[in-house]
Amino acid sequence: MTLADLAAVNFDALPFWQGTEAGDFLIARCESCGEAHHYPRAICPFCRSEAIRFVPASGKGVIYSLAVTRIPEKPLRVVAYVTLEEGPTIMTQIVDADDAVAIGDPVRVDFQKHPEGLTAAVFRLARDTN
Amino acid sequence: MSAAYIMGAYEHPTRKAEGISVAQLHMQSAAGALADAGLSFDDVDGYFCAGDAPGLGAMSMLEYMNLDVHHVDSTETGGSSYLIHVAHAAQAIAAGKCNVALITLAGRPRAAGMKSAKMPPSPTPDTPFEGLFAPSVVEMYGMVAARHMYEFGTTSEQLAWIKVAASQHAQHNERAMLRKVVTVDDVVNSPLVSAPLHRLDCCVVSDGGGALVVTSEAVAKSLNRPLVKVRGNGEAVKHPSAGRVDLTTSAGAISGPRAFAEAGVTPADIKYASIYDSFTITVLVALEDLGFCEKGKGGAFVADGNLISGQGKLPFNTDGGGLCNNHPSNRGGMTKVIEAVRQLRGEAHPAVQVPGCDLALAHGTGGSLATRHGSATLILERL
Repeated sequence: MTLADLAAVNFDALPFWQGTEAGDFLIARCESCGEAHHYPRAICPFCRSEAIRFVPASGKGVIYSLAVTRIPEKPLRVVAYVTLEEGPTIMTQIVDADDAVAIGDPVRVDFQKHPEGLTAAVFRLARDTN
Repeated sequence: MSAAYIMGAYEHPTRKAEGISVAQLHMQSAAGALADAGLSFDDVDGYFCAGDAPGLGAMSMLEYMNLDVHHVDSTETGGSSYLIHVAHAAQAIAAGKCNVALITLAGRPRAAGMKSAKMPPSPTPDTPFEGLFAPSVVEMYGMVAARHMYEFGTTSEQLAWIKVAASQHAQHNERAMLRKVVTVDDVVNSPLVSAPLHRLDCCVVSDGGGALVVTSEAVAKSLNRPLVKVRGNGEAVKHPSAGRVDLTTSAGAISGPRAFAEAGVTPADIKYASIYDSFTITVLVALEDLGFCEKGKGGAFVADGNLISGQGKLPFNTDGGGLCNNHPSNRGGMTKVIEAVRQLRGEAHPAVQVPGCDLALAHGTGGSLATRHGSATLILERL
C-alpha cells in the first residue's frame, strides 16, 4: 500500500491532502472546543466532538526541533518539527535550508509533490519575512 | 497476592545468525532461560512475545515450540515490550492465571542485510504525515537531542559520556560487538549521522535474542536459583498528543514514578540500572524522567564517568548495553532485564559487578521517542 493509497483510505484527513494538492495549507479545527489539531482526525482528540472543520492556516511557523543530515554533493536534508502559528507542532522537512538552520527559526509553508502522488506540506526558512 | 520472580534469564550468544531462523532463535533462547531456571518446556503455562515473533501474536511460536499454555500476552511497545511482559506476567501470576511464564525475543536484522533500523510502514492514520518525509530512526532521536540541547544546554560531550561508560563495561564482555574503550573525543569526532547525533551515539545492529522465565513464589522457592523478585513495575505510552509535541520528556516520567511507588523505594536506593540505550539521548532523557536527576540536568549527571561501574554513583548497562554489546532485533528491552538479573545474582562480570547489588532497575523505551513510544520500568530485588 503506497502512502497515497493510505491517505485515500484514511478519510478523516482527505481534505488536508486535497488542500496541499491545490496549494492550500489546511488545519483541522474543532468547532465545539475551538482547538486545532494535527494530524487531522474526524473526531476532536481533545473534546471528542465530531464538529471538525478544515480551515486555512497562515502557513507561518517556528522550528521546534530538527535533525540535519549532510551528504556530500546533496542538498542539506533537514527533518523537523514546526510549531504552527495556530498551535499544533507538526513533523515536516525544511527545504533549501542553509547551514545555519536552527531551532527558533521562522519558517513558511511550501508544497512538494511526492513521487507517489501526495503533495507534502514542507517549510522554507523565512527569517526576513515572518 | 502472590509475588513473581524472574528465575530464568538467557542471552543468546549469537550476534550474527547466519542460517538460524527467527523461530529457532526464539526457541533456543527459551531453552536457555528454562535451563537457567532449572525448568523444562513442559513446565511453561504462560507465554509472552511481541512483534519480533513470527506470525500472529503468540500463536505461531506456541505451535513451533509445541507448547500448550493457558495464558498468552503479545503486548507490543517495540523494544520495551519485554519489560511490560515481565510486569504482565507478574500480574497474571498474582491473579492465578499461570505459574511459569516464558518471555522470548529474537531477530536477525544483520544476517538479513538490514544495515540500520527503519520504521516499518504500517497502515496507521499518522503514516502519510510522517512517511512522506521518511525520517530515519537517527533523525527522530536527533530531534529529541537537538531540543534537549536547546532547552537545557546539554552538550554532545555530555551525551558522549554515556557511550564512554558503556564501552568501559563492554571491554570485559567477550561477546560484545564493540569492545574497544572509547573517549569523549572519539565519540564527538565520529561522523555525524544526523546532527546532533554522531555514529558513536547510536546502538549497534545485531542478531540474537533472549528469554526470561517469570514464576510464582511457590515455583521460585522450589528452584535452586537466587530469588529475583519483581518488586515494582510501571508502563506508559506517550505520543505527539495531536500536535502538542514535547520531545524532552518521555513516557518514563509516568512509568518510573509508578514503579518506584509500587516498590516503595526511591531512585537513591537503586544500586544498578539497566537503561534502554538505542541512542545516548535515550539514556539521558530516561535518567531524568526516572528521577535520578532533575529534568534538564541529565548532561551533568552522566558526565565524568558517573555511569561507570566502580567509579560513578549509578552503574549502568554493565554488559555494554545496546551501544556496545548487542541490540537483538533492534529491540533492547530483553537484554536490559537480563543484565539486571545477572547483577542481582552476582553473576555479572567481576570487573563490573556491583558489590552487594540487591536492588536494581530496568527501563525500556520502545517505538520512537520523537513520536509514539512505550516506556516500561521494573524494580527488581534480590531476596
